[in-house]
Amino acid sequence: MKLKSLAILAASAAVLATSVTVTPASAYEYMVPQLVYRTGPYAPNGIPLANGFIDYMNMLNERDGGINGVKVKVVECETAYNTKVSVECYENLKNEGDSGALVFNPHSTGVTYALIPKATSDEIPILSMGYGRTSAADGTVFPYIFNFPTTYWSQASAFIKYIGDREGGMDKLKGKKIALVYHNSAYGKEPIKTLEVLGEKYGYELMLLPVDHPGQEQKATWLQVRRGKPDWVFMWGWGVMNQVAIKEAAGIRFPMDKFIGVWWSGSENDVAPAGEAANGYLAGTMHAPGSDFAAIDAIKKYVYAKGNGAGEESRVGEVLYNRGMLEAVFTAEAINNAVNIHGTKEIRGKHVRDGLEALEMTEADFARIGLKGFMKPFKVTCEDHEGGGPVAIQQWNAKDGKWVMVSDWIEPMKDIIRTLVKEDAAAFAKENNITPRNCG
Amino acid sequence: MDVLYALLLQPFVFMAQEPLIFAETVVKGLMAGVLYSLVALGFVLIFKASGVFNFAQGTLALFAALTLVGLMEKMGDGLPKAAIVVIAIVATIGVMILLAMIVERFVLRPLVNQELIILFMATLGLSYVLEGVGDLTWGSDVKVLDIGLPDGVFDIGGVYVEQLDVVAAIVAGSMVTVLAIFFNKTRIGRALRAVADDHQAALSVGISLQQIWVIVWSVAGMVALVAGVMWGSKSGVQFSLSLIALKALPVLILGGFTSIPGAIVGGLIIGLGEKVVEVFWYDVHGGAVENWFAYMLALVFLMFRPQGLFGDKIIERV
Repeated sequence: MKLKSLAILAASAAVLATSVTVTPASAYEYMVPQLVYRTGPYAPNGIPLANGFIDYMNMLNERDGGINGVKVKVVECETAYNTKVSVECYENLKNEGDSGALVFNPHSTGVTYALIPKATSDEIPILSMGYGRTSAADGTVFPYIFNFPTTYWSQASAFIKYIGDREGGMDKLKGKKIALVYHNSAYGKEPIKTLEVLGEKYGYELMLLPVDHPGQEQKATWLQVRRGKPDWVFMWGWGVMNQVAIKEAAGIRFPMDKFIGVWWSGSENDVAPAGEAANGYLAGTMHAPGSDFAAIDAIKKYVYAKGNGAGEESRVGEVLYNRGMLEAVFTAEAINNAVNIHGTKEIRGKHVRDGLEALEMTEADFARIGLKGFMKPFKVTCEDHEGGGPVAIQQWNAKDGKWVMVSDWIEPMKDIIRTLVKEDAAAFAKENNITPRNCG
Repeated sequence: MDVLYALLLQPFVFMAQEPLIFAETVVKGLMAGVLYSLVALGFVLIFKASGVFNFAQGTLALFAALTLVGLMEKMGDGLPKAAIVVIAIVATIGVMILLAMIVERFVLRPLVNQELIILFMATLGLSYVLEGVGDLTWGSDVKVLDIGLPDGVFDIGGVYVEQLDVVAAIVAGSMVTVLAIFFNKTRIGRALRAVADDHQAALSVGISLQQIWVIVWSVAGMVALVAGVMWGSKSGVQFSLSLIALKALPVLILGGFTSIPGAIVGGLIIGLGEKVVEVFWYDVHGGAVENWFAYMLALVFLMFRPQGLFGDKIIERV
């Protein structure tokens, strides 16, 4: 028995020694954490987002040897879209690797809210691309939070401009009724103030219809729509709520081309269960759908062809995949900027913050990356972390099974939105004793 | 005064002014209730036969629907669609029976005569295991479930009724009838009830506890398959399907944990009540009270009739 124990001990020691001596010292890497939800009720949306991100970073590692010759290490932490777990993930990952966490993508508005004070204190930037706290667009109050290329408030104003155009002019909105069907959470409530302010200006009536998590049952909500007879329905949904809403809208024969979802309600997942009935459904977007881009070809060549893809190749180019990829593009560009600004490859989160703040994406930049025509150019500044806010409308073509852009890039109502952002940011600063930065 | 008017009078004025909407609300409420009942039925079956509150019932519905749609996808387009559907349904029923046997052997059998709370905790664990197995086997994507059920809308004098809901109502009605006959008129049904009353007494008269548990979990699995198909046809089969169990809880409290008709009546009351309150009292509450209302109603019932409408009367002897 004693001999057996000794033998096991010796074998264990040998294995341990081998693992220590054989494993080479790892080179300096850029650690980019990802708060992902590949499980739980929102997994169908979380998976393509996470896949798009990691595939792009893997492509950079394979094709270019990383960013400026430094490999990118993506570390995923599973959150199941749970805010408490997400915060634990943040705490566990913030000091991971030589570089520490360079930038966090929370993938949840609620989590973004929770991380704002922590990330600011830890000097790690948060990239909440097209979600999160809209007033974080004010970089003087939120130096570490970025929500470019556009925000919920900008999107809401773009929707109003779009329907104004469809109705034949903004003056025609007077007397119209708009219903907002929204996820009853911090995320879903984001556009309400903007829509109320714009309602006062343009004279439309706003009808608010909250839907509780997860949104599997919405008959009463859509009976309200039937009862209220709105001219337009906007939806701020996520997960199963989107699929059920589109199906219920079809069930009451609400015209799909007057039903517009937020960009988180406009993926292939959302329209599939409704089948033909979803034809004509509209959704906001910040980028083009599809896979006809050189960057996606590169992902297929350097990642999928080698059997290293995160998901199924047939799903590369779907809306949420492209959005995850776009997050990776901006993260990589910001890291590159940080290296150029600070003249060293060994950077930390605070340096990437500078890189994010100096981000300017021109048409030439998108062409260089392999995303020509993918989205509208924008520029982030110290003061403006939203970077412009262009929004387009895409429409679901059920026959061909694809999203098609049906509008030009719509400029949001910047004068109104910026005023609201400033007001909200100032209130936050006062509440939290923050002295706004001077961006000069 | 305005509040009282909005609370006590205005909703009824709306109902009178908008009879079509009111009729549609009633119909849709009842139809939603039928769908809640389908989930609640699975709970009742297992509770009746074992006294266990099966927390995994919602996950069973997800697992069954995932298996069905997964098998249909695997079979591809080689066979006629009707054949694919039939084969997949039969195979899924087989999987649910196999699952029942596994649950009996590895979860329930080691816990015979343990406190009910321990069995409840075991079903909680089972729920997580099934979620994980479903995820690993079939993936987390939204899966479109099309077994040929009608997908249109009936327009009955301006009242819209979804055809799928009508099918669900017919299926639920048939299932209740069959289950009621099964429980009351068959030898196995009587044995199931005996086991529910007292494990040891049932064993002493020669009833095989193991066999009964396998049967009841198999039947609950088939009920879960029907519930999963009905819900999955509406929203696609995805993880959130397991959360429909939350909708069944107030139904059970209302109808009673041991009554099959109670599950149906409870579902109808909850479905109807939550829709009418959500739609016609909207000016008072501002929306999103469907879940809240169902649990509130259940709470009121707990205070005055803890055994539910049709549940066995609770008699405590000192």
